[in-house]
Amino acid sequence: MNLLEVQHLKKYYATHKAVDDISFDIPRGSIFGLLGPNGAGKTTLLRMITGIFYPDEGNILFNGRPFNPQEDIHSIGYMPEERGLYKKMKVGEQALYLAQLKGLSEKEAREKVKHWFNKFDMNTWWNKKVEELSKGMQQKVQFISTILHNPSLLILDEPFSGLDPLNANLIKQEIFDLSQAGTTIIFSTHRMEQVEEICDRILLVNKGRKLLEGQVQEVKQTFKQHLFRIGVGAVPNFAQMATHHFTIIKQHDHAYTVKLNEDSSTNDILMHFIRQDIPVTHFEEILPTLNEIFITQVQKTEEYA
Amino acid sequence: MHKIWLIIKREFRTRVRKKSFLILTLLIPLFFAGTIIIPILIAVKGEDSKRIAVIDESKLFIGKLPDAKGIYFKPLELVKIDTFKQKYQEYGYAGVLYIPDIDINRPSGIEYYSKGRASIMLESNLNRQVNDVIEKKRMEIAGIDRQKLDEVKSDVKIDFRSGDEETKGSSAVAYAVGYSSGFIIYIILMVFGMSVMRGVMEEKVSRIAEVMISSVKPFQLMMGKIVGIAGVGLLQFLIWGVLLMTIQMLLPLFLSADTVHTINQGGAMAQNANNAAMADAMEKINFIVGSINWSLLISCFIFYFLGGYLFYSALFAAVGSLVNEDPNDVQSLTFPITLPIIIGIMVMISAVQNPNSALAVWGSIIPFTSPMVMMARLPYGVPGTVAYWELALSMIFLVAGFLLTTWLAGKIYRTGILMYGKKITLKEAAKWIVRKG
Repeated sequence: MNLLEVQHLKKYYATHKAVDDISFDIPRGSIFGLLGPNGAGKTTLLRMITGIFYPDEGNILFNGRPFNPQEDIHSIGYMPEERGLYKKMKVGEQALYLAQLKGLSEKEAREKVKHWFNKFDMNTWWNKKVEELSKGMQQKVQFISTILHNPSLLILDEPFSGLDPLNANLIKQEIFDLSQAGTTIIFSTHRMEQVEEICDRILLVNKGRKLLEGQVQEVKQTFKQHLFRIGVGAVPNFAQMATHHFTIIKQHDHAYTVKLNEDSSTNDILMHFIRQDIPVTHFEEILPTLNEIFITQVQKTEEYA
Repeated sequence: MHKIWLIIKREFRTRVRKKSFLILTLLIPLFFAGTIIIPILIAVKGEDSKRIAVIDESKLFIGKLPDAKGIYFKPLELVKIDTFKQKYQEYGYAGVLYIPDIDINRPSGIEYYSKGRASIMLESNLNRQVNDVIEKKRMEIAGIDRQKLDEVKSDVKIDFRSGDEETKGSSAVAYAVGYSSGFIIYIILMVFGMSVMRGVMEEKVSRIAEVMISSVKPFQLMMGKIVGIAGVGLLQFLIWGVLLMTIQMLLPLFLSADTVHTINQGGAMAQNANNAAMADAMEKINFIVGSINWSLLISCFIFYFLGGYLFYSALFAAVGSLVNEDPNDVQSLTFPITLPIIIGIMVMISAVQNPNSALAVWGSIIPFTSPMVMMARLPYGVPGTVAYWELALSMIFLVAGFLLTTWLAGKIYRTGILMYGKKITLKEAAKWIVRKG
């Protein structure tokens, strides 16, 4: 069951097409990576999903029903890339205020804020002004105020920027926990290593258009280059390596990176080494990183443009 | 509705809780009170008592210079001005009044010596007293009876009545009331409008705007701020009203104590003069209070304060949403809004002198200037100077005007508040108004 279905969404500005016919589905409880270079249209897309902008064309289905910003906004937690807090306001009051604006009663809001402040060890901050906190601390307050109202859809735009590794880990763990508890998460970033670590599915956009979409593993399979790494116990001589099954891309000390030739199989590679009596220490397929896929795919669209 | 209420509460609370709110609220009336009360106090109490030596070679002034308002004249004989003016301070005199042997028809050479410059009060006092003595002397010579002359002098005031009901009124009073209420409206528009703009800028610059917009509609955020700040203004007026009433109740006590003080210090003449002045002042105040329809004026003031504020503050909010980090933007962007306000105050100044001119009439109907100009005209009387239809039209236009500006500003605001980094021109902003969605 999909929590969110986006169908042929379009948003045109006078000078450019910010979002140009994008469709995708987000299954309930998944962590969905929204990727793309700067200016790809990610923010515009997210602003339409959060009801800040109205799409020019297309539909958004939330929970299977047409998206109704007035009501559904209470089920969404959005931490925009351009985020901030009232600098002169006290931390506790600020969290309470933001929670109440999400439809919680004052009592509920107070309970929630206390719960999260306890969990993140922030009780002593309650009466501090936001401007007295460090950037990382402010980020934590920001994150908490995004999830206070138990949103069923959590949208995080570059959630780790400005966080030290320790706090980044804390937030990352929280994202996993929320996902386990059934929260659907949209995670927008251009930090690919985080995407690989966190996301189940990804959508890559550039220039307002969808480049690719799918499960992280599927995508990697789709764009694999048929490269393998094989480790050897003894360095073979040049003649021993001659075969039509693979081409050597790179030679390391006790290993080779090889490209499988057409009509050959992985077993052909292994068979070759065994026949030549070269001891194999390890053998693995090299899948492209999302970073590589990202760069090649984005460059491809740039060339067409 | 619940959300907008939350926003109003926050905007109101954060401003009212600031120390600067309390300080400003108390300082402003103190400042105004100071500018009014201090001159009165000076006039009533006079300066510190002074002893002035009088060297009178003409023998015309002996016993003719009465002590008053803390000035004591001490005639000295057998001293020469040349030597005495070097050392009068040693004898405890504040100054020396030197009158040479003058020709009563062409008096000249009268001099006053003191260490610092004489105050303007003392100067006029001495001039008046010396002239008084000379006049009396001349009348005596010419054979004119002083008492007769005083009887002949006329002191009639014409009652100025206006309108069908023949309300008694003084244009001076209307001028003062009109001018000050128009001016207060001007200050309100500027100060509170700027406050709204700064609030919007703060939200944009601190990047909370988008977080907020993901929970509430931009229009709610804007209106919440505008209404919240209006609440702050109303609270301020309420505090001032209470202060004013308290002062009014306490002032008589304060004044009478002061009169007693003067009686002890000054002579019988000073006392009489003061009492006469007091009675005169009281009569004037009663006349002022009676000549103006206060309940109409105050309710119109509140209407034009709120209407004008709503009309302009939405525009200020729109401008605030266009500003980026660069503070120089503020100047160029606010100019189109402050300009009509400044034109308004200029029309107001002209209208208060000439409340029936075409400029004044139309200025008080067009909503850009009406809050200021109408307040300047109203004290001259309704329906005498301001016809009922003018007042009604002006009010309807102002309400329609603020609905329109709020609507326009809302369109600019919701786009502007999410635009970062790029400098936005007013031309672009104008396009957002006509754009759909």
